[in-house]
Amino acid sequence: MTAQAPTAPQTREPEAPPQRSAKPFRWGRFLRQLILFALACFFLMPVYALLVTALKDPAHVDVVKMWNLPDTFSLESFRTVIPQLLPGLRNSLTVSILASTISSLLGAANGFVLAKWRFPGADLAFPIILFGMFIPYQAIIIPMFKLLSDVPVIHQRALGDTLFGLILVHIIYGLPITTLIFRSYFAGLPDELIEAAEVDGAGMLRTFFYIALPIAPPAFAVAMIWQFTSSWNDFLFGLILTDTEHWPVTVALNNIAGGQTVPFNQAMASAFLASIPTLLVYALLGRFFMRGLMAGALKS
Amino acid sequence: MRRSTRRGVRRWLPGLILVSPSLLALGVFVYYFIGWNGYYSLTNWKGLAPPDKMVGLDNYKQLLSNDETFRNDVRNLVVFTVVFMVGSLLLGLFMALLMDKGVRGEGVLRAIFLFPMAISFIATGIIWRWLLNSDSGAGTTGINKLFDVVGLGFLHSDWHKSDSSFAIASLALPAGWALSGYVMALFLAGLRGIPEELREAARVDGASELRVYWHVVRPLLLPVLMSAVVILAHISLKTFDLIYAIDPGGPRTETPALYMWLTSFRGGFFARGASIATMLFGAIALVVIPYIWYSMRQERR
Repeated sequence: MTAQAPTAPQTREPEAPPQRSAKPFRWGRFLRQLILFALACFFLMPVYALLVTALKDPAHVDVVKMWNLPDTFSLESFRTVIPQLLPGLRNSLTVSILASTISSLLGAANGFVLAKWRFPGADLAFPIILFGMFIPYQAIIIPMFKLLSDVPVIHQRALGDTLFGLILVHIIYGLPITTLIFRSYFAGLPDELIEAAEVDGAGMLRTFFYIALPIAPPAFAVAMIWQFTSSWNDFLFGLILTDTEHWPVTVALNNIAGGQTVPFNQAMASAFLASIPTLLVYALLGRFFMRGLMAGALKS
Repeated sequence: MRRSTRRGVRRWLPGLILVSPSLLALGVFVYYFIGWNGYYSLTNWKGLAPPDKMVGLDNYKQLLSNDETFRNDVRNLVVFTVVFMVGSLLLGLFMALLMDKGVRGEGVLRAIFLFPMAISFIATGIIWRWLLNSDSGAGTTGINKLFDVVGLGFLHSDWHKSDSSFAIASLALPAGWALSGYVMALFLAGLRGIPEELREAARVDGASELRVYWHVVRPLLLPVLMSAVVILAHISLKTFDLIYAIDPGGPRTETPALYMWLTSFRGGFFARGASIATMLFGAIALVVIPYIWYSMRQERR
């Protein structure tokens, strides 16, 4: 072994490896491909069961035949569950869009300051912010529940009786990850650029608005996708902090499809419907989704 | 590190002002609330009446020494965490190694392995509850049915309805389905981050491909392994929705995260719930704080 001990590797988004010349042992390659194909089938198995069931004519649905291809095709299951799921979808859309936008804007400001406009104690402030990303929500849910049910906003309605509480928690608990994403992104901004702006007399805010923000759309994509997905997929906050009228889609879904008595096809159709927005984001913006995942592991 | 104080308060103050709303919000909603929750755990809060008495560590003592449910849940959590973590790490690493050298359709495969990350644990749980159906005979369905079709009928299982610890262990299957793609992505990024020259150098020295992996690649993957362990561990400890969607309540699959919710918001035993939450928080902090500390130190170098 003559290789020197290298420094720790920089992990980054995987990219295709350089094409290597023809390999002598093609059997190995074939085997690898085969195993990966089998694994892909395993990962897609629930999707197959879900789609096949949701698209069958409800009269032909039988749990025992869940793997059979449909001999009839029908959207009836979707038609049945859409009205039940619609309020939840609307609530989740409102919460996720507002929370991801506001959280990302605040995160952009934090990230810029922590990367480029440091203040005394900034090195301590960052890990303190970051830690919020990992806390179990169980540890703050009772005080949050108490606060939201005790603080009245308008006409004796408590915060918990509006969507406001849910939006608030998703803004706040999104701050650590959005700050982290923007901080890593702005760290790549050359110091000379900031200094040049300073020489021209630009203060912190001007530098932020005119130099940092215009180049930040990719970071916004990463941060907003992450926060949209986590607010959309949250269940615990939605379950405890809202009333029936303001249930997010996960709680509505669990309520419709959670019981043992619910028809199989309706359970599958509602699970599919409730996942469409995040799946769409994943399909269309997978690259940014991926970067968010890497950031979530503190890898940039 | 730049000494920004040099040019005085006027330089750094605007930055601090811009960050302070977020710092304040997190200070209150993370740190103060954790303390507030800790305070509740020392009271006798139960039911609708607000807490009126401090009882010290009684709730903790009660949970740890007398509460059969809690001990059962902790046992379940240990089994779940071990099976889920080892399973996801092995599967994720295996997939990353298979894909490392480039395979046909890598983009598609990666998309397939990772899409469960975009789906809520509730939707995942609802689908998997039907797949893990334990009916037998003519009612056989789900995965058991698939076993029949491919001639592996002897693998039939009661899954989460089993009477042994296998019940909670079987929930590592949906959890692993949801997260091993993430582990794969982490490892793959780590593998791709290793300069090809390093491996080539070892090959030139006559090392076999297996030895290259063991002596060159393995040590370099340790930081990635650590990230994956921390991520999986903290998810495993706090997971509530997945288990709740598959089997809401029932000693076979209950974990402290479920017990916390059931006892507080169903039973009204808020002080007890707060104690469980504090312990969950402690366990997670034990894993996460060293990790953040280490990451910050790495970054400073």
